[in-house]
Amino acid sequence: MLGQVITILWKDIQTELRTKEVITSVLVFALLVLVIFVFAFGIGESPVNEVTPGILWAALTFGGILGGNRIFAVEKENSRLEGLMLCPVDRAVIYWGKLAGNFVFMLFVAAVVTPVFLALFNLPLFLPALPPVILLAVAGFAAAGTLFAAVAINTRARDIMLPLLFLPVAVPVIVAAVEATGLVLAGRPWGEMLIWLQIMAAFDIIYLVASTLVFEFVIEE
Amino acid sequence: MAKSAPAPPDAAIEARGLTKVFGDRYALRGVDLSVGRGEHLVIFGPNGAGKTTLVKILATLVKPSSGDVWLDGSNLRARPELVRRKLSLVSHQTFLYDNLTVYENLRFYGRMYGIPDLERNIREVAARVQLETRLHQRAGTLSHGLQRRAAIARAVLHDPPILFLDEPEAGLDPRATSVVREILGSVNTGERTVIITTHNLERGLELGDRVVILHRGQVVFQAPRREVDAAGFRRVYDRCTGAGR
Repeated sequence: MLGQVITILWKDIQTELRTKEVITSVLVFALLVLVIFVFAFGIGESPVNEVTPGILWAALTFGGILGGNRIFAVEKENSRLEGLMLCPVDRAVIYWGKLAGNFVFMLFVAAVVTPVFLALFNLPLFLPALPPVILLAVAGFAAAGTLFAAVAINTRARDIMLPLLFLPVAVPVIVAAVEATGLVLAGRPWGEMLIWLQIMAAFDIIYLVASTLVFEFVIEE
Repeated sequence: MAKSAPAPPDAAIEARGLTKVFGDRYALRGVDLSVGRGEHLVIFGPNGAGKTTLVKILATLVKPSSGDVWLDGSNLRARPELVRRKLSLVSHQTFLYDNLTVYENLRFYGRMYGIPDLERNIREVAARVQLETRLHQRAGTLSHGLQRRAAIARAVLHDPPILFLDEPEAGLDPRATSVVREILGSVNTGERTVIITTHNLERGLELGDRVVILHRGQVVFQAPRREVDAAGFRRVYDRCTGAGR
């Protein structure tokens, strides 16, 4: 099973390295969101306030929605999803393979956008407590986003449908990510943000288990 | 719940009471079908007759609303992964990734099927579909005819005993069609069971050992190929489907 998950992931990476469709569009979009907030709030001079963490997660969330749509659209074209569904593997393997690709691409985008965000808002670039927050939040986004991208892909208005389906479900992870990031940026101790990390980890597990169980029904009808 | 009877041991494909409903529209209405090992069955029918739905159910892509299917003795609901290993599908969609080369596409699908000695298998299959010189060309840059050949290579890479051909010549020009026919002829040999759907009566009659007409989700006619002639079959088809009225 793991071998086939890696095969799907490698196929997505190989395709992306040639087209750069997902990374480029998501990266440009996320950076534009940051720049718009910089001009709108003019927060460069006051390093940390209540809206700063929200700006990072607004950029990553909306960028992630864009990427999630694209990563499944490639399987819809030329009925490639049917080609995958013909393979002698459990449907969950397809979900985990696409999830892995979504996670890697979102993590790459976060790895580029976060330092830009920190620099734009005059914040310290070395924040060792931030990577675990990003890892857990991106895992949750990818887990729920992959499932809802598979749902949205079969609808006519898929670009609108994905945020409508995804955002209400992802709210707990977004809120926890914003709160935890706020504590990291304010230099608070690990103990204070532990509860938010636990909330994100719990929702990641819920998304992963629920998505694995229902993915078969989502792609077959 | 009553247990359904097992499939006959000599049937490659056995479908009983297959019904598929989309919303309030019936795509299939209680289809019974039995296909022997090595048999080539051609399914005819007008647009909307349910041909593609039937093939998709048999290929495990769509679940039936009711009814049962056995492929090579394995129940489709009970052992879908095992069943998928025994079948493949060629349709007018190639399932290929445009930005990967033909070789990378075949390697991807080969790994998904866990095919041993994959490199040798890819070379052999590429030779059979006359694509050896195009293996390292991106699939999206090939002509429709060459893409269809690559799709056939993908479909037979794991040497499935059951092959579904859902209008495999749709959208091809006459030259590409004749090459694809030739290649399909070369891969549909031996003990492989083949189910073909087509609109083309003349072409379909050339390919099958047995013919079936599907209309409005029901099997309305079936007969061994040797018992029908082209002109007579055209009349039967028109009568069964209401064509020409």
